[in-house]
Amino acid sequence: MRPFTYERARTPAEAAAAAARNPGAKFIAGGTNLLDLMKLQIEVPSHLIDVNGLGLDRIEATPEGGLRIGALVRNTDLATDERVRRDYGVLSRALLAGATGQLRNKATTAGNLLQRTRCPYFYDTNMACNKRQPGSGCSAIGGITRHHAVIGASEACIATHPSDMAVAMRALDAVVETVRPDGTARQIPMAEFHRLPGETPHIETALERGEFIAAVTLPPPLGGQQFYRKVRDRASYAFALVSVAAVVQRDGTGRVALGGVAHKPWRVEAAEGELTRGAKPAMAAILGGARPTHENAFKLTLAERALASVLADAKG
Amino acid sequence: MESSSHLSLTRRALVAAAAATAGATTPEGADAQPASAGNSSTDAGTPAMTSVSLRVNGELRSLELDTRTTLLDALREHLQLTGSKKGCDHGQCGACTVMVDGRRVYSCLTLAVMHEGDEVTTIEGLGQPETLHPMQAAFVKHDGYQCGYCTPGQICASVAMLEEIKAGVPSHVTADLMASPQLTAEEIRERMSGNICRCGAYSNIVEAITEVAGRQA
Amino acid sequence: MKFDTPATNNPIDQLKVVGRPLDRIDGPLKTTGQAPYAYERHDAVRNQAYGFILGSAIAKGRIDAMDTAAARKAPGVLAIVTTLDMPRLEKGPMNTASLFGGPEIQHYHQAIAVVVAESFEQARDAAAAIRVEYVRQPGRFDLAAEAPKAKLVPGDSGEGSGAPPEERVGDFEGAFATAAVKLDATYTTPDESHAMMEPHATIAAWEGDKLTIWTSNQMIAWGKRDLAKTLGIPAENVRLDSPYVGGGFGGKLFLRADAVLAALGAKAARRPVKLTLTRPLVANNTTHRPATIQRIRLGAGRDGKLTAIAHESISGDLEGGQPETAVSQTKLLYAGANRLTSLRLAVLDLPEGNAMRAPGEAPGLMALEVAMDEMAESLGMDPVEFRILNDTQVDPEDSERRFSQRQLVECLRLGAERFGWSRRSATPGQRREGRWMVGMGVAAGFRNNLLMKSAARVRLDGQGVVTVETDMTDIGTGSYTIIAQTAAEMMGVELGQVRVRLGDSSFPASAGSGGQWGANNSTAGVYAACMTLREAVARKLGFNSAEAEFVDGQVRSGNRSVPLGEAAGADGMAAEDQIEYGDLAKRYQQSTFAGHFVEVGVDAATGETRVRRMLAVCAAGRILNPKSARSQVIGAMTMGVGAALMEELAVDKRHGFFVNHDLAGYEVPVHADIPHQEVIFLDEVDPISSPMKAKGVGELGLCGVGAAIANAAYNATGIRVRDYPITLDKMIARLPELA
Repeated sequence: MRPFTYERARTPAEAAAAAARNPGAKFIAGGTNLLDLMKLQIEVPSHLIDVNGLGLDRIEATPEGGLRIGALVRNTDLATDERVRRDYGVLSRALLAGATGQLRNKATTAGNLLQRTRCPYFYDTNMACNKRQPGSGCSAIGGITRHHAVIGASEACIATHPSDMAVAMRALDAVVETVRPDGTARQIPMAEFHRLPGETPHIETALERGEFIAAVTLPPPLGGQQFYRKVRDRASYAFALVSVAAVVQRDGTGRVALGGVAHKPWRVEAAEGELTRGAKPAMAAILGGARPTHENAFKLTLAERALASVLADAKG
Repeated sequence: MESSSHLSLTRRALVAAAAATAGATTPEGADAQPASAGNSSTDAGTPAMTSVSLRVNGELRSLELDTRTTLLDALREHLQLTGSKKGCDHGQCGACTVMVDGRRVYSCLTLAVMHEGDEVTTIEGLGQPETLHPMQAAFVKHDGYQCGYCTPGQICASVAMLEEIKAGVPSHVTADLMASPQLTAEEIRERMSGNICRCGAYSNIVEAITEVAGRQA
Repeated sequence: MKFDTPATNNPIDQLKVVGRPLDRIDGPLKTTGQAPYAYERHDAVRNQAYGFILGSAIAKGRIDAMDTAAARKAPGVLAIVTTLDMPRLEKGPMNTASLFGGPEIQHYHQAIAVVVAESFEQARDAAAAIRVEYVRQPGRFDLAAEAPKAKLVPGDSGEGSGAPPEERVGDFEGAFATAAVKLDATYTTPDESHAMMEPHATIAAWEGDKLTIWTSNQMIAWGKRDLAKTLGIPAENVRLDSPYVGGGFGGKLFLRADAVLAALGAKAARRPVKLTLTRPLVANNTTHRPATIQRIRLGAGRDGKLTAIAHESISGDLEGGQPETAVSQTKLLYAGANRLTSLRLAVLDLPEGNAMRAPGEAPGLMALEVAMDEMAESLGMDPVEFRILNDTQVDPEDSERRFSQRQLVECLRLGAERFGWSRRSATPGQRREGRWMVGMGVAAGFRNNLLMKSAARVRLDGQGVVTVETDMTDIGTGSYTIIAQTAAEMMGVELGQVRVRLGDSSFPASAGSGGQWGANNSTAGVYAACMTLREAVARKLGFNSAEAEFVDGQVRSGNRSVPLGEAAGADGMAAEDQIEYGDLAKRYQQSTFAGHFVEVGVDAATGETRVRRMLAVCAAGRILNPKSARSQVIGAMTMGVGAALMEELAVDKRHGFFVNHDLAGYEVPVHADIPHQEVIFLDEVDPISSPMKAKGVGELGLCGVGAAIANAAYNATGIRVRDYPITLDKMIARLPELA
């Protein structure tokens, strides 16, 4: 960990100003991923702006009938909120499937969205990684890839996004509310928030320089039955091999987003029409064009079968 | 040697460009330049020192710390409260679990300086050898440990975990999200999964926790 | 004391303290965080500086140059020692890879420098500023690719498991060719990491030319010898202290880089230095359990009796290393006239393979006991009955040599009854509970009992307090408690009157903790010292030592009774002795046995396998403390779940390293993976083993568990996976069609 100076911001404006003053600055909230990476010098901020005091820790009803989740709402509190448990079960379930009690007590909504990949080659600073050092190459390609992306990857990067929460939010059509350094607000749909790696895997989100996440907004409840099926080697405290966030209506229509398969939560709205015909055609459409490695081709079958079990549960 | 290749590495060189990426809770552009381009006082690698006051096990403790000091290292190295353990230093094992303002957290993944004024409870604050906390006594009775290294973390986590159940926090295995979570073995196992015990005392730990929970109920 | 004839009645047989399920005496310290581990010895020495170890970025080659200028200028840095500062250091007989010194790189994350600074944060940061120029050389990293070149070698795990390069009894090929029912299958087990919760750690301090290290080590006497040899100083100038060890499992049997670099760093900085291996360094810097490729051939008559047994194992290690002795148990477990075992070793440039809990048997039984399951099915026999039918009461390679005790059949029968084995469907894939396909599996557990010299000193003070001193370690095994129980029993005092001091090399040398030999041997050493003390006390009181009784804190003879404290007098008394063994182990085969029973559920959609029930029935001589012994067994069963279902060091065959080198990537079982576990100890005493009549149990609990899980997964699904770990990707293509 490189030395850094530290300050606590009390208002979003203060935080933005501090960021503008310090080009090497990063915001820190829960810190559960940032400090992990700073210890390995994968993240090397020269200044930390502690944003825990900004008061963005409330969950409020929106005039549209949805919920506005403050950026600093802890994962535990979000999963426990009665409105979330009742109306957005898929989100509560996804949060509870992620990490551990200790991590959920610290980790924030915004921080969860901004988690970086768990690719072991990204984590090992002796290995080439385009995400860590653009242009250095991708050590994962041709290496150990059981956990890596099967779709939407590139020649530059085959990492996955590790979040469970973000997968549920993608299924729910959540919107990320941000504030730019000049004070203007913008709304980024979850579909556009995370990027595919392409030639620039080091650029992971749509955030611009100095842009700050203020909240995530959920549209009005979708109803239906909501599922988050996370498949992993051990029963808890592990990242997903594949996860399926699903909202299934009485008539068999619904939405599906996948975790563990791509550089971002993976959802293909156009494929969801196939859901009424079953998991096989639906997943064929969702994962059409997948290019797995020989080590992770199983994820295609796994995703289909996990979805099939979700659809079976939905039928009761 | 048939195909030797020269390779020159420092970890710092390889990661210097990492600063150009978006990180946790970090606006992408804020760090678009290497750290060394910053104008802060740390250019020469000089540690930034800061003072922080914590209330640890009920006692106010004031420290002068390198900003990089984790809460865990502040406890272990500066306050010499070594009951909280360092098993991985990356939030992957649970041995460093303490309670901050009543909530269990991994003390290795948080900076001491971020806890100004916070109430920190460590294993030392729960009980002493002659005055064991009921959970500590139950771990002894049920042999809920072997090497003892994960044990303080297990105990801190379990005490806070029972409070989470009382407060209605659901878990991954809670069947009905709208019902009050139950104190089943399955619930305890899932909720304690953030504390690894390589000696494999899990079965006994669940018995210890169950006994304490039963007594509390 | 030489133990060369079977034990007769002795003071241990009173079983007033020994054999009882007492709470551990170190429990209050461990549960309150007061038990001090190596890195926490703030009390040990003043003015400790912090060390940080840098690991090699390449797996094979050499270092051309190291530029430490920036690191030396970094704030707080006191000293830097690099591997180029000295020639390659000597190594102890237990080490294969060099620990430090010289430009050659033998494996990834080999220690190449230590930075000493005022603070941990400073040392860590400075280490990252060291610039290293490497010359990479091609390496051999793929066991399967190197296997055809593997040479026949003898193997000795040093922990009671071993075999010659090739051993033949009868005519295996002939018998196998004509056998009515045959199996020929190959199984693989992956590289595994000990992943103990406390990473290797050491504080080192020099006083002139004398070195003290406070460290985390299982084998104090080995550590002292090897550290002295490595540093080139006399052994008498080295002291180790390791009273608490946060898990070892074989990973702390040997001297490792933490101790060497703390000592070198402290010398260079002229300050005491504390350091620990960071978690990402543990997997590749230290040792691991090597992967194996095991071919098993079994031949039997229609009656189910084995006529031909062959077990051939290939593993890899660095040049000069050892094979994983995976065939060892196959020499002894089942009857059969025609036998073949062989060990082959391929040279690999991966980190050093070495002992991990039950080396040899743990991976060996994962293969053999699945083969037995497959064979039982081919024969149409129940797997429990098939094993019982092929039991032997003598060494199958030497019918004159009996087992000292062998209750495998009893373990299997009792286990089957208690587990409800009769409810198992012989046809796989029959039982469904909701989304779960449910099955049961069984395996035999087998592990040898090893006899090791072990010494202790026992003091008696004027208050009648008994203090035991031995360099034995407690790595979670319960040594403190069973040693206290032994001394209390021998001296006729309450457990609370006994103090136990362990892990200090200035104490008499014990057997140490390894190969499940610790409990029996270290307590036998305490027994010997107590016998000597009893004689001295009796002599001092003018008692006939054969008639003197030590009961209730008194020494009695005839109508005289003297309190122990009074007998010791104000100056106290002390005695030191050791247990040594004659040839009983040659005349009798000493082993421990278990029946492992497991029920699993396999998710019909995803292939996730979760363990639902586990039972181990163990026959392992006298159980000195059923509470701590049971914990040893359930802990081993838990490790068996990891081995069967999730643990695998993933080898990058291009760069030559274990990729998943942290506890997020290398998955070990968590709470949610482990159900309630049952353990039954058969009532057994083994007077051939020692005066304690005990044997080891800590590794037995692991031996066979993985196979029982594999067999249960097969019974649940009808899918046989022969490559561990049994992860869902190996099952999913063969799972039943979903509706």
